[in-house]
Amino acid sequence: MLKTLLCGTAFLALAAAAGTAQAQVSNNVVKIGVMNDRSGVYADLAGEGSAIAARMAVEEFGGKVAGAPVEVVVADHQNKADIAANTARQWVDVDNVDVIADVPNSAAALAVQGITRDKKRIFLMSGPGSTDLTGKACSPYGFQWTYDNYAMAAGTGRALVEQGKKNWYFITADYAFGHSLEAETTNMVKQLGGTVKGNVRHPLGTSDFSSFLLQAQGSGADVIGFANAGGDTINAVKQAAEFGVTQSGQSLASLLLFISEVHALGLEAAQGLMLTTGFYWDMDEQTRAWSAKFEQKHGKKPTMVQAGVYSAVRHYLKAVEAAGTDDADKVAAKMRELPVEDMFAKNGKIYPNGRMAHDMYLARVKKPSESKGPWDYYQIVSTLPAATAFMDPAKTACAQK
Amino acid sequence: MAETHMSSVSARRGASSGLRPELLYGVGLLLALAAPFVLYPVFLMKVLCFALFACAFNLLIGFAGLLSFGHAAFFGGAAYVTAHAAKVWGWTPELALLAGTASAAILGLVIGALAIRRQGIYFAMITLALSQMVFFLALQLPFTGGEDGIQGVPRGFLFGALDLNQPLTMYYFVLAIFVFGFALIWRTVHSPFGQVLKAIRENEPRAISLGYRTERYKLVAFLLSASLAGLAGGTKALVFQLASLTDVQWQMSGEVVLMTLLGGMGTLFGPVVGATLVVTLQNYLAGTNLPVTVVIGAIFVVCVLVFRRGIIGEIQARLSNR
Amino acid sequence: MFEMLGIPPQVLFGQLLLGLINGSFYALLSLGLAVIFGMLNVINFAHGALYMVGAFVAWLLLTQLGLGYWWAFALTPFIVGAFGILLEKTMLSRLYKLDHLYGLLLTFGLALILEGLFRHQYGVSGQPYPVPPSLSGGQNLGFMFLPNYRGWVIACSLVVCFGTWFAIERTRLGAYLRAATENPVLVQAFGINVPVMVSLTYGFGVALAGLAGVLAAPIYQVNPLMGSNLIIIVFAVVVIGGMGSILGAILTGIGLGLLEGLTKVFYPEASNIVVFVVMAIVLMIKPAGLFGRER
Repeated sequence: MLKTLLCGTAFLALAAAAGTAQAQVSNNVVKIGVMNDRSGVYADLAGEGSAIAARMAVEEFGGKVAGAPVEVVVADHQNKADIAANTARQWVDVDNVDVIADVPNSAAALAVQGITRDKKRIFLMSGPGSTDLTGKACSPYGFQWTYDNYAMAAGTGRALVEQGKKNWYFITADYAFGHSLEAETTNMVKQLGGTVKGNVRHPLGTSDFSSFLLQAQGSGADVIGFANAGGDTINAVKQAAEFGVTQSGQSLASLLLFISEVHALGLEAAQGLMLTTGFYWDMDEQTRAWSAKFEQKHGKKPTMVQAGVYSAVRHYLKAVEAAGTDDADKVAAKMRELPVEDMFAKNGKIYPNGRMAHDMYLARVKKPSESKGPWDYYQIVSTLPAATAFMDPAKTACAQK
Repeated sequence: MAETHMSSVSARRGASSGLRPELLYGVGLLLALAAPFVLYPVFLMKVLCFALFACAFNLLIGFAGLLSFGHAAFFGGAAYVTAHAAKVWGWTPELALLAGTASAAILGLVIGALAIRRQGIYFAMITLALSQMVFFLALQLPFTGGEDGIQGVPRGFLFGALDLNQPLTMYYFVLAIFVFGFALIWRTVHSPFGQVLKAIRENEPRAISLGYRTERYKLVAFLLSASLAGLAGGTKALVFQLASLTDVQWQMSGEVVLMTLLGGMGTLFGPVVGATLVVTLQNYLAGTNLPVTVVIGAIFVVCVLVFRRGIIGEIQARLSNR
Repeated sequence: MFEMLGIPPQVLFGQLLLGLINGSFYALLSLGLAVIFGMLNVINFAHGALYMVGAFVAWLLLTQLGLGYWWAFALTPFIVGAFGILLEKTMLSRLYKLDHLYGLLLTFGLALILEGLFRHQYGVSGQPYPVPPSLSGGQNLGFMFLPNYRGWVIACSLVVCFGTWFAIERTRLGAYLRAATENPVLVQAFGINVPVMVSLTYGFGVALAGLAGVLAAPIYQVNPLMGSNLIIIVFAVVVIGGMGSILGAILTGIGLGLLEGLTKVFYPEASNIVVFVVMAIVLMIKPAGLFGRER
């Protein structure tokens, strides 16, 4: 009741005049803080590219929203949760930042989520994958935009089992993140009548996977699922190619992989790998046009995280425009109300827990002979519709139902 | 001959009493009391935590001549225990801190007992390797939350009464902890125990022949240093309301070496200056495009090559030469 | 066939062979550290970073100059070694009269700079380096599939390791080296230029790291962080073997590789810790390390 009333007033204000709306924007400027890893393990998949993507969204609005100028600031959290927390506090307390975007690394994201919840600031998460961010650590101001571990794992699991690949073996990074990827996939595989032949847990930062691959090879599973990330996945995939795992008829599935990592691996090693992605540059006219523009500025095609930052910032600015204010409560309400539809998000909808559900895609990495040139890496196999790609918000541990 | 330099730098410290240290400490304390009204309190608290950490580390390198390359284990380990006690067991902040400090002390006893059997570089490498073991444990034990760390740690009410969620209250609490730690180190260094440590640093065989059981002295120094590092780590966990892998990584051990080296090894106040500079620098670099590790590494190299006394050590040397 | 603790012997052999491959890397790296330590009394913290530089040099030779694996194999050790000599001449040599710890701190700073620069320049996802065509494919050994390239790694590193051991322990040049370690002034008096010998030794130790980098490039991703993960394990290897002992470094490296391989079968979660556990035990029983002399 109250909410509608507030929204109504906001609309009236907007309709009245741009001049009055300007008074609604705190400090007469909308400040967007893009915080991510600019030099460490996530620098390639987020990093400066995310800042560029955010600026591209701002440019679309002519650098102004609700009559106030929009400013983008960046910071490197160096993958340290305490630096992330410190920066976020300082941004809000001292620098008047209105919205924080990206923040890969779930420890850093959880820290920022806590601060933005307390201080009532919008938080647009594109980089982090932890489902806790829209589960037990959800926030009325936190929006998880691009992907999450559930979508990645369950998507790949479901699609492969439906193709008849029912027997799985997991090579899992031995910490919370790896375990959760494995558990989500296992659930999905078992639900659909598949079986798990076995698993092996490797320590984080393992460089030699040969012995784990050997065990997986001997298990007779149809699919070897890599429940790990970053450098671990890259080494595992590379060595699987070396040991000829795919030649013996087993499929490889990576439960979390970004196009920047496929680029680093090269198609020779990565070919045939199955994965889920939230975005691919070569989907349609819109994505190709935007990605070309992005590549001009950054020199690389966008990853899904970078494209997600663009989409999230764009939606945020739309909501500020519509609400005529940058007040976090009103903007969050507007964000939930407006449909999300742009070159990144198809059929986008924001769940009460802050999850932005949109279509996901199952992709197969192309063979070198199929690829027409650099960045022509994915064959999109199927679309995972928004409604089922993400966890049902009612089943999460989030209290915002 | 090779052993002497590192210690002779600090030996000069005693001679430089031309300046009244008490007066300096008084001014420093006044500045610290007034600082939160000018500067951002969370930033200051971070500085204080690292300053205490560096002081604890300096107790070992500067006064006992032992370079530990594994102090992150105590700092980060205590952060986890404090965070767990405050969050899961619901302990009050002072009890949680005590638990964290105690855990660091136990860890220090175990690692110290293994490491003090060797000197110099061997000691450094052993502490490094053992702290790496603590890192792997922190990654895998269920209570640490893996890469997510322990998040949303409540600051709680000090003695059940003072609300630490007030930035100023929290700041003065952290300042009190720092002053306590610093005073303890000051007292230790100026006690007979501290004199024996210095004797061991200068010439261990002679100390042994004088009848001191040097291993015991070194172990106690290690224990004290580890506990204070733990106290700093626990406090940091309360300030930032989180404990994460960052604090147990070996890079953190390297950082504390840098802080101490930059400020001046074996000077009481050097580590505080070094920590302040490094934390400020990291904060500043976070907003620029400069690669942080390159800058930190370059400072390291410059310090080792031309600036071995550190800032405070250099100032003291100048003053005493006059 | 009987089974051992529920593990079929085929699997066991396979894992042991894989352990041997890792062991050869450990041996090669810890050998370099031991040579440098024996001569200069410096713990070269930059060893891991120089290993990474070796891999990158190979990759740059391939992508920038079009020189293939065998060129890289021949050239990289010299390039990295020359770089090492430059570092020794300009920086390390100023520290010999000071506490040894300063050498450790200096090389630590150098490691940070090298890693940071490569990270800044080439990103962190790493760069792919193909297995040379002459060594692609593999052999089916019955109990496992052994890629040819891995066989080459074992052979190559064993030859280099034992060649180095022979050169230092059994030749005249090695005798000078060992003598200069004990008493540089005396050796200098015999007309041997000790500072040059020290520089060359550092260059050689570093070249070994570069060589390991070339060998690793086709197996692992060429990644700015590849050295920092490895260096700590190699440190532990050197502590276990006894610092400065050439043979100790080689044998411990190989032995720990095998042990790690076994751990990966029986209790994979612990495979990163096992080295440190062994180190703690060795330290309790024999503080100077398995092959080290008590000083």
